[in-house]
Amino acid sequence: MNPFAFTRADSIATALSTMQRSPNARFIAGGTNILDLMKDDVERPPLLVDINALGLRTIEQRPGGIYIGALARMSDIAAHPLVRSAFPVIAVALEESASPQLRNMASIGGNVMQRTRCPYFRDTATPCNKRQPGSGCGAIAGVNRMQAVLGTSDHCIATHASDVAVAFTALDAVLHIAHPGGTREVPIGEFYSEPGRTPQIENALGRGELIVGIMVPMLNFGAQSTYLKARDRAQYEFALASAAVALDRHGGMVRGARIALGGVGTRPWRSRAAEAALVGAPATRESYQRAAEVAVRGARGYGQNDFKIPLAKRVVVRALEMVSA
Amino acid sequence: MPIVGAARSRVDGRDKVTGGAKYTCDRELPGMLHAVVVPSTIAYGRVLSIDDRDARVATGVVLVMTHANAPRVNENKSSPQDAKLFLLQNDAVEFDRQPVALVVARTFEQAVHGADLVRVVYETRAPQMDLDAGEVATPAQTAGNQPAAHRRPAAQPALASAHAQVDAIYRTPTEHHNPMETHGTIAAWDGDRLTLYDSTQWAFGVRTRLAHVLSIDPSAIRVIAPFVGGAFGSKGTAWSHVPLAAMAARATGKPVKLLVTRPQMFGWVGHRPQTEQHFAAGASADGTLVAMIHEVRNETSLSDEFVEPCAVFSRDLYAVPHYTMHQELRRLAISKPTYQRAPGESTGGFAVESAMDELAYELGIDPLALRLRNYSEVNPDNGKEYTSKKLRECYTQAADRFGWSKRTAPPRSMQRNGMLVGWGMATASRGTHRGDSDARITMYPDGSVVLAVGTIEQGTGSPTVYPQLAAAVLGISPDRVRFEWGDTNLPTAPLAAGSQTAASIGSATVLAAEQLRDRLVLLGGNVPPEGITIEVNAKVDEAEEGRYAQQAFGAHFAAVEVDPDLLHIRVTRFVGAYDVGRVLNAKTAGSQLVGAVVWGISMALYEQTRFDRRTGRIMNATLADYLVPTNADIPNPEVIAVEDDDQRVNPAGVRGMGEVAMCGSAAAVANAVYHATGIRVRELPITVEALL
Repeated sequence: MNPFAFTRADSIATALSTMQRSPNARFIAGGTNILDLMKDDVERPPLLVDINALGLRTIEQRPGGIYIGALARMSDIAAHPLVRSAFPVIAVALEESASPQLRNMASIGGNVMQRTRCPYFRDTATPCNKRQPGSGCGAIAGVNRMQAVLGTSDHCIATHASDVAVAFTALDAVLHIAHPGGTREVPIGEFYSEPGRTPQIENALGRGELIVGIMVPMLNFGAQSTYLKARDRAQYEFALASAAVALDRHGGMVRGARIALGGVGTRPWRSRAAEAALVGAPATRESYQRAAEVAVRGARGYGQNDFKIPLAKRVVVRALEMVSA
Repeated sequence: MPIVGAARSRVDGRDKVTGGAKYTCDRELPGMLHAVVVPSTIAYGRVLSIDDRDARVATGVVLVMTHANAPRVNENKSSPQDAKLFLLQNDAVEFDRQPVALVVARTFEQAVHGADLVRVVYETRAPQMDLDAGEVATPAQTAGNQPAAHRRPAAQPALASAHAQVDAIYRTPTEHHNPMETHGTIAAWDGDRLTLYDSTQWAFGVRTRLAHVLSIDPSAIRVIAPFVGGAFGSKGTAWSHVPLAAMAARATGKPVKLLVTRPQMFGWVGHRPQTEQHFAAGASADGTLVAMIHEVRNETSLSDEFVEPCAVFSRDLYAVPHYTMHQELRRLAISKPTYQRAPGESTGGFAVESAMDELAYELGIDPLALRLRNYSEVNPDNGKEYTSKKLRECYTQAADRFGWSKRTAPPRSMQRNGMLVGWGMATASRGTHRGDSDARITMYPDGSVVLAVGTIEQGTGSPTVYPQLAAAVLGISPDRVRFEWGDTNLPTAPLAAGSQTAASIGSATVLAAEQLRDRLVLLGGNVPPEGITIEVNAKVDEAEEGRYAQQAFGAHFAAVEVDPDLLHIRVTRFVGAYDVGRVLNAKTAGSQLVGAVVWGISMALYEQTRFDRRTGRIMNATLADYLVPTNADIPNPEVIAVEDDDQRVNPAGVRGMGEVAMCGSAAAVANAVYHATGIRVRELPITVEALL
């Protein structure tokens, strides 16, 4: 833990200008992630900018979708009737995350920005290309049971830890990002990056930018969606493999599908190929199994995490069966 | 309602849940400084240099202690059972998170920051982390509960000619205790006298070891152990941070509080060693056991020898005429393993009771019937009669309550709501131990009583239960008896471990109360103004102890549901009946039994310390990554204490209940998983990859 200064921003403009002056500062909302990282000496910001006074907690119907302010708490979103009726997949993904105490604190903007749980990233005594570019990846030949099998590189196999980001990815959510010149909108599918040779670059958020909200576009079969999370214990644990799915069926056939995987990718893992394989196919277990095969295409195990590949397939099949029931 | 056995609520319960109970870390002394250990980041090698320049000038930092400036103390063991201490006396590194420096500052936060600023350069050597390749170590001495030479003919060749055989390797991982309250010590010198506040299971043991390390007389040390927030064996000895706090207090001339952080709980304060157990058994067609082999090896550290006495479980349970056992140690670059709740019998019970289940399937006999077939009326190893044994009643009561007779034997034959249902059972067994204990009891003219023993309260209910025992003898309300504990100025108590505390302190309490009662009778019921004080020394009579076999038993029945696709295992029911002698308090006893069942489920399905085998670094040293069950993972365990008036075992009539419900319970879960899935998992914890 490093000494740091603390300031409260009373407007988005102040928040952004503070960040301009102090580029190594970090925003803090719920603090459930940044404080852990600071205690572990992984993050050493000289300044924390508290953005809790900015409001940004609205959850409302807007033309074309449901808009969620970046500072809305996980628990508020999970409980919101609009979310529960239009996108059960979001509510379930949130409720299957963390613990009630954490969900009451954590903001949705912070959730989609949370850092990996890879133990090498979090232990400064070990090598990690994400934390310290060029130092090597401890996980590839080490303790990698929880790490990714999709989107990995020779430089990093760290799993993206968020559950709800997987749901957002399945739903084509759009991030609203404030910057000194205004706001821009980034589809979540273009937001996260795979590690490649630069695992320290995780997403499209620039220095001094702030996520202010998330727009989830309406989906006519959004109500037929769910999130299924396989994990070692019943609660308060990260995914071994998870799936956010939505399914549109008509006359026993699949008319539309959304499939994204969690716990197995270096970013929330949308599989449009699996969706395409389903559309037009009969809504049966056999079809779901074929789609699941497609969803994990290209997956690579690193020893301890080999099991995630067959497990992820089973999760996809079960999730699709759940929304077909 | 008799006083003893009554479900008396904890006298300290309100204080504990409202913050009124003061644990070591809650105590503040005037002028107190805070110390934080700098742990090694390598597992094997040596410290080449330590750059503490930034740390020394950081705000609030008073002292940085390293092997270059630490005062010289006596690191050597005072007895073979002692753990080697790491007190900054040299540059050697023998395990991950070994103390290599200590930063003392005015506040805890300043000390934490100072510790982050200390830069240590190491010469790293390849650590031995492979159990197969580790150097074989020989225990310097076999302690009381370690396997002695057995007295039966060897298992071979009877095993080879047996009608049915099982023969397999069972593995259990390294596990860290992680009590809710981490370790912590406050050291304060007054001239040459040292006062220690310590989160320990044995204030007197801390005093002895510290006197040895600091080369001072034990009488110059007072150890105060107030409430202890769990220990489970990890606080049975004074680990390195205790003398380090005393050294820092002496160097700074101020009281020093040293708290061990959660990640450091995976460092120098002990753990259950990983075990690899070869277990074989042979039986005749009717299930009668003819031979057993139990060969165990467990990891130990480079400088200490700790035996996880797994084979004690097989040695002392079933009527087996031919028996061979062996325990071996392998040295790895790890910290010293130590006692963890039900050492030996929990890990050994997993192997033996899993193998008994396998044998039952091999023979086509019900698993419970197989146990009953091999019921031993005497200790099978030494032929001694038991003080008492109610295991048969345990089997019957637990099986009836569970509904075991409704079980269909074939794997995957029971299903519910699309889930695979598995029912498994196992036997519990654990030797009873007792240590010498003193006690002092005083009755005042108003009829109030103070009972004093320098034991500790780690959640087992000491201040609630011992007054019940004394009150029953005196024929008064337990509310009239106040218990004083947690101080070496009080009468000497033994180590609060090994399920021996109630036997030891309970016996001293009964003897003291009986003498007080007799004195009171002599005085015609009149208490003189100064009160009546009785001091007793309840010594264990070795000859008397050896007359009978003393053992607690039990029967576990577990139900699991396994998702046929996702393969998630959920324990849906757990019923256990335990043969523990006299129950002193139904509430606190129930809590202990339930706690042990939870530990058993945790061992079966969740706990494992994960090392990077290349470096020896522990990679899950947090409670987010080192899994223990949540409430959602645990059914409401149904525990039955089978009452027994055991007059032979000790004056308190107890056979120990803190651990027995953990012995074999992991096997009950593993056997249920087999019954549900048809997959026999011989390595703990059982996670999804084993079932895929």
